[in-house]
Amino acid sequence: MKKRLATVSLAGCFGCHMSFLDIDERILDLMKLVQFDRSPLNDFKKFKKRCDIGLIEGGCCNEENVHTLREFRKNCDVLVAIGQCAIMGGLPVMRNAIMHAEDPLRECLDTAYLNSPTVFNASNDIPNDPALPLLLDKVYTCAEVVKVDYQIPGCPPSGDTFWLAMTFLLKGTAADLPYELIKYD
Amino acid sequence: MTRFMEEAAIESMAEKVGDIMRNAFVFNIDGVGVKGKDGQTIMDAADQAGIYIPRLCDVEGLEPQGSCRVCTVKVNGRPAAACTQPAAEGIEVENETLEIFNWRRDLIRMLFHEGNHLCPICEASGRCELQAMAYRLGIFQPAKYPYLQPVRPIDASHPDIMLDTNRCIRCGRCIRASKDIDGKNVFGYVGRGMHKRVGVNGKNLAQTNVHLDDRAIALETCPVGCIIRKGLGFFTPIGQREFDRAPIGSTIEKAVLKRGKK
Repeated sequence: MKKRLATVSLAGCFGCHMSFLDIDERILDLMKLVQFDRSPLNDFKKFKKRCDIGLIEGGCCNEENVHTLREFRKNCDVLVAIGQCAIMGGLPVMRNAIMHAEDPLRECLDTAYLNSPTVFNASNDIPNDPALPLLLDKVYTCAEVVKVDYQIPGCPPSGDTFWLAMTFLLKGTAADLPYELIKYD
Repeated sequence: MTRFMEEAAIESMAEKVGDIMRNAFVFNIDGVGVKGKDGQTIMDAADQAGIYIPRLCDVEGLEPQGSCRVCTVKVNGRPAAACTQPAAEGIEVENETLEIFNWRRDLIRMLFHEGNHLCPICEASGRCELQAMAYRLGIFQPAKYPYLQPVRPIDASHPDIMLDTNRCIRCGRCIRASKDIDGKNVFGYVGRGMHKRVGVNGKNLAQTNVHLDDRAIALETCPVGCIIRKGLGFFTPIGQREFDRAPIGSTIEKAVLKRGKK
């Protein structure tokens, strides 16, 4: 029976998903062993069945990320944090530690939408539509929100890293990466 | 294989050093005989024999300080910092046991979790000794520690040099280099306990007498990306950086391999 695989990109740049596709034609071998469930690769927005493996790209920077991550934890047997954003916050986490800022989130939004020299914003508004998910006070790593079973470092992990990690995950063990494939950047 | 390497190395070493070696003695690292001489630390003797003991706060040319504790070994069953512990005749040193390996992994992990070590954006990535040590020790599984995410100051006042203390691991290498080699005391420790940090001798870096040619500013002094040279960012392409191909410490292991072949 095929293992069910779900993936999602939270506060990430989709680079890890792109890198996942760098396994190239090996994806045909992978498809013999796994069935994709909820994933941006097949555009399924909801879980169909309980999954064996859930791959998480990116940390949590808004409430929707937290809901999605909790749903993944509920529906996946093994949850894997992929890439530096999911592991330690990555680039979004830079907004947590802004020097001399009383309110780092406010400072971040002000710089992005009001004060930056290249901004043209005649109405002087910061986007606040009810349809937008609420931002969290700071960026949280996946492990701060739910229990994470494994993590695969890299920014992004290379296609070879994904391939090796998938072979280990399908066997049901922790990936044992060799020196060349352990990268934090 | 390693045993052969070390024996060959010791033979060639003995020829070279000649008379000085009258004070030589032998001790064991992980059951392998290593020659040391009076005044040598365990790490000095291990380096000469081609045995790499991981270290962060110790670097060639500076007085050892023994503060990072990554070089912790067991000497006759008791933990000691190999960079400061003198070698002595007949001692039994444990270096690569699972227990010590796990201590080192935990130390490196705590350093990563205590500061803001954002490797994807860091200029030192690829030549960072902290990162390279994590690679060498194979750290890629989730850790049990939370990320502290401190907010630490950045000092960009100097025209040529920038300090990003979010990445500082307080190894004290810049302090010792500035004090012992440059004779300037530009850097120094400030504060106590977990609030201990590296401060500069002035309101900011621009008001000190620091110079680009100082040993304290040299690329090999700061093991992480805390002391950054302006205008020199990302100067080595990915794939050719210092630790991209060979793990940290492999130069020490290889040097003896070469000497042994001669």
